[in-house]
Amino acid sequence: MSTATAPARRVRSRVWGPRIALLGPGTAWWLVFFLVPVGVLIAYSFFSRGPYGGVIYEPTLKNYARALDPLYVGVLWTSVRVATIATAAALLLAYPAALFIARASPRWRVPLLVLVILPFWTSFLIRTYAWIVLLNPAGLINRLLRGLGLVDESLPLLYNEFAVTLGLVYAYLPLMVLPIYASLERLGPQAAEASADLYASPAQTLRKVTIPLTLPGIVAGCIFVFVPSLGNFIVPDLLGGGRTVMVGNVIQQQFLQARDWPFGAVLAMSVIVLMFVVLVVQAQVLRRTQEVEHGRPA
Amino acid sequence: MAARRSRYLRAHMGLLFAFLYLPIVVLVALSFNASGLPTAWGGFSLQWYRDLVGNDELLEAIRNSLIVAGFVTAIATVLGTLLAIGLQRTVRSRVLDSVLFLPAVIPDIVLAIGLLSFFNLLRFTLGLHTIVIAHVVFDMIFVAAIVRTRLAYFDRRIEEAAADLGANPVTTFLLVTLPAILPGVIAGALVAFTLSIDEFVIAFFNSGPTSVTFPIRVYAMIRFGVTPVINAVAAIVMVLSLATILIALTLTRPKGERSARLEVGA
Repeated sequence: MSTATAPARRVRSRVWGPRIALLGPGTAWWLVFFLVPVGVLIAYSFFSRGPYGGVIYEPTLKNYARALDPLYVGVLWTSVRVATIATAAALLLAYPAALFIARASPRWRVPLLVLVILPFWTSFLIRTYAWIVLLNPAGLINRLLRGLGLVDESLPLLYNEFAVTLGLVYAYLPLMVLPIYASLERLGPQAAEASADLYASPAQTLRKVTIPLTLPGIVAGCIFVFVPSLGNFIVPDLLGGGRTVMVGNVIQQQFLQARDWPFGAVLAMSVIVLMFVVLVVQAQVLRRTQEVEHGRPA
Repeated sequence: MAARRSRYLRAHMGLLFAFLYLPIVVLVALSFNASGLPTAWGGFSLQWYRDLVGNDELLEAIRNSLIVAGFVTAIATVLGTLLAIGLQRTVRSRVLDSVLFLPAVIPDIVLAIGLLSFFNLLRFTLGLHTIVIAHVVFDMIFVAAIVRTRLAYFDRRIEEAAADLGANPVTTFLLVTLPAILPGVIAGALVAFTLSIDEFVIAFFNSGPTSVTFPIRVYAMIRFGVTPVINAVAAIVMVLSLATILIALTLTRPKGERSARLEVGA
């Protein structure tokens, strides 16, 4: 018996040794500094705020009840609305661009993609700041519009929901182009060619073949834009000028000014829940598309 | 019909690039504007760059950011590379992949306040070290993702050959595997460095009063009075980060996969 288990144990240790050495340090860091902190946050959402800003460890649901106040529901609604509009606008801008890159000659594809992604790698703050310079009443865009005689007075482009939406689209647009391009490239030109051979017009091909088959890329891109937009607080802070308040601004305010961490944690929970809803939708779309691709009834 | 459509797509692409690059070009141009106003061109000047060099608070913040990014890059590169090899070779699981990737998907403010609550609970003093810990959490995941793309090109038979020749696993890793995936590791390190040095939200929540990093300083400058010095800062940051990322991109694209493919037979 003992002679039989010894080699087995050795085999097991040969399998587990490298696993622990390779995955151990990273997952340990992930557990301690990601999972535990998120757990602490979830726990805080069920406690109450102490008189001097600390946390009193008595379970309560009153933070959740407070989040149902029309004021905060309104903020959450604004966040979802702005993030949705930004995502839709980014999709409308990104899809034709991804289509153009996917149809370009292979030599040009990588340089074009690099040009799309490059701005994304420069400072987020500074890219957002650039729009303050461009959109303000004396800024370049207003001067241009007045110079061309299109408007008599400067348009109020800055410090409103338009500016916030524009800032979010600008910030995350590359994240929409990349996954759509990837799925267009995976699809290849054959499907569209077959559709054209069967006398579909280009518009029909796009609507009935290309777009449905690149749905996974579209959904991935939408998530990459929607999720960071939803929780963003820099863009509404700098371009919203305190008028367009999103959930990120309230979380920041609860944590750094009001020092009501449990309530801030509840608002963060709403962001996490919305994120998971979006991820579940993505999983559904992926499964549906795979079923279509494998010829099973959808 | 098709020609008209491709012309439309080309025009769209052109407008998209204008949209992406106009703000950057305008900021860089304004950084050389003597008048300091975003509205009037007063001639070419390097004055704002000179002001920048004399701004001690800003230089201190840059120094802090370099320290943080240095530590973050070192730790995240080691952890991320090990993670990449582990995920590629020992446990192939899509669920594990996506679960580990969560810190990169979750809105940064959630991670920021989660860590703040955690550090507060443990009575950790906030400072540069807490920013380092926080940045490693998401940086190591990006390193792992980048190294894995390189590992996909790696032919494991080279490792088997090394083992057959009597090399132990550690020697094999250091002398065979690591050199082959090194471009991916360096690219990962460059991306980790760029992400850390630019990161604002998590640093903003997890820094102490004496540990102001560069983005926190820039935020304060933007928030409390726009000065032309920001344009100079912006121009420098743009150019540096674009250069870093271009280097990282060239490194992740294997040229003919020569370094990692073992020629058998032919």
